Amino acid sequence: MEKPAQKIGLKHGSGGRAMRQLIEDVFLTLASPVDGIGLAALDDGAALRVGDRWLVVTTDSHVVHPIFFPGGDIGRISVSGTVNDLAMMGATEPLGITCAVILEEGFPRADLERVVASMRATAAEAGAPVVTGDTKVMGKGQVDGIVLNTTGVALADRVVTDAGLRAGDALVVTGSIGDHGMAVMARRHDLRLEGDLRSDVAPINGLVRAALAAGGEDVVAMKDPTRGGVAGVLHEMAAKGRVGIVVDEAALPVNDEVRAAGEMIGIDPLLVANEGKAVIGVRARSVEKVLAALRAHPQGARAAVIARAIAERPGAVILDTGFGKRMLAEPEGELLPRIC
Amino acid sequence: MSKDLFQELKFRDPARARALAQALARNMDAIGREVAVMHVCGSHEQAIARFGLRAVLPPTLRLVMGPGCPVCVTDGPEVDEAVALALQGVRVCTYGDMLRLPGTARSLADAQAEGGEVEVVYSISQAIELAQAHPAEQVVFFASGFETTAVATAAIALARPPENFSVLSAHKYVPAAMDLVAGSKETRIEGYLAAGHAAIITGWEIFEPFARRTGAPVVVAGFEPLDILAALVKLTELLKDGRPEVANVYPRCVTREGNKAAQASLWKVFQPASGRWRGIGEVPGGNLALTPAFAHVDARRRFAIDTGPVRDDSAAAEARGCLCGRIMLGLATPDHCPLFGTACLPESPVGACMVSSEGQCRIWHTYGGVPDLRQVG
Repeated sequence: MEKPAQKIGLKHGSGGRAMRQLIEDVFLTLASPVDGIGLAALDDGAALRVGDRWLVVTTDSHVVHPIFFPGGDIGRISVSGTVNDLAMMGATEPLGITCAVILEEGFPRADLERVVASMRATAAEAGAPVVTGDTKVMGKGQVDGIVLNTTGVALADRVVTDAGLRAGDALVVTGSIGDHGMAVMARRHDLRLEGDLRSDVAPINGLVRAALAAGGEDVVAMKDPTRGGVAGVLHEMAAKGRVGIVVDEAALPVNDEVRAAGEMIGIDPLLVANEGKAVIGVRARSVEKVLAALRAHPQGARAAVIARAIAERPGAVILDTGFGKRMLAEPEGELLPRIC
Repeated sequence: MSKDLFQELKFRDPARARALAQALARNMDAIGREVAVMHVCGSHEQAIARFGLRAVLPPTLRLVMGPGCPVCVTDGPEVDEAVALALQGVRVCTYGDMLRLPGTARSLADAQAEGGEVEVVYSISQAIELAQAHPAEQVVFFASGFETTAVATAAIALARPPENFSVLSAHKYVPAAMDLVAGSKETRIEGYLAAGHAAIITGWEIFEPFARRTGAPVVVAGFEPLDILAALVKLTELLKDGRPEVANVYPRCVTREGNKAAQASLWKVFQPASGRWRGIGEVPGGNLALTPAFAHVDARRRFAIDTGPVRDDSAAAEARGCLCGRIMLGLATPDHCPLFGTACLPESPVGACMVSSEGQCRIWHTYGGVPDLRQVG
């Protein structure tokens, strides 16, 4: 077997197999038993029992290059990412979020103000007040421009994990896939692509609230397909739920621009990051209700059932291409530039 | 609807794919025994793996990839020549896939790390631009690819390249490798898919002597999933009827005689030469060497290339258990290799088939590994 690399590589942060391995080998040593969902669950956040409710906590550090890109910026990502991670645990009404920032000496003040204005607008959109923060400045070259960390807290009556799938469940994606990663990649590598590639970065707690209201207990698993894309989420859900997952490639909502860019640069939209989408596992009997609720929401017009869970091949993700079938590789990250 | 999108829909229609799969099953039922057929093209393997086509083939039909990756079959000592040139102060340009291809002991990426000038280019004309930009330096284009790519190299050689530019040819000639596979007792391949893009140049009639000589039918195929399925239907039909003929199911691009002008320039600049292919051995007529008339652009004639200091045959990947040779001959598949997906990964390839995006190991790895999903979903 392979020896673990002795130096951290970019792949260790790319949301794929290498990152999961690093977390399991190194960070899981921090885990200790908690009343609820703790570090060991490797979920989007933690859920701690408080009385008869759950306190959901999540934290996320944000770096993206470039910091301004079509459809958004690092400020919008930092708020959306944390709000969405809370929502993925079933907590769609954030009590508050924090903002810790590390700046590089020489960072333009105008850019900082633009980022903060974007955070303010996104927080208002999500109904998530920023309640405390921290500021550090490091020397030139010691950090790349700006790093933002946000932590969010919320209360939930019921926690949704990403481990709840069983055979027969349907998997719904709330909208088109691959938009964020493809827009950022195109901008970063100066790919002169025609058409309008725009990030989907947005808080989707309202959309998720609608799905939960419609599906109730039949919403059994949720995860936002950020780094590693929808493929990464499906692998995680298959492994944690001990089910196989069969994806219907023809059912995947993909914008024409993203599909064209993907074919051109040889990157499958399934592997590309999203910042305003969720993959939701639903018991079969409630799929139509959940789908209708999603589609009635302005952020969910293109929601679609993309896959189903099966009892065979637990842990495997199978892609039905319409012509044949193959395994869908787990993202490894080394082919994709880091994008958020 | 744009014309391109229409074209795509026409060749990516799952309903037609199902009909073709049924026809294939009927042909195999009529044949009534196991049959192995071979394609010899990385782009075919890409499409087969990307669309999961093996999962819908009848269980009696084995579709094998042969020596269809020109980068993979470039031999270690050929890479050594490029490495030696780079380390003796020549600027070496090559395609991206060639950078990490192992020589006997080192790759061009290693040579680069050791201070050699190595540049990745996307086309040979970029190498010409580099030669023009650095008139005081010698620029060598390490040329890989089958006869299709060799046509581009030939065009440059014919167009009076700058004096400081020359070509180190690792170009390969596919029909020669097909002869070798057909002559092997071990492979037992009964029919072949020929690569449509190569046949655009060569024309399909080039395969007629081969089919007559070997008794194996050849079908020229395009690269969309329906192209490949249709070609397999035709191939199994020829096998069923015992007709060792050549059929062209890619008529929208390929003609009987091919591109005569391209063939003329190819054979003006290159001549077949025997040489070793990695993992396969001596392939009579399998290499494309520059003709004497083009000695002035032939790096092997212009430089005294001493590979002595960079060559180490004991360091070869085969010594580590790599099965690339058997995989390229169609005698094994990547899942037979204990290194596949464990010690041998795209980021740390052991063998050539994991280095190149045309290599079967790399393709299978990209598309999820082992393709046998006939029983699932």
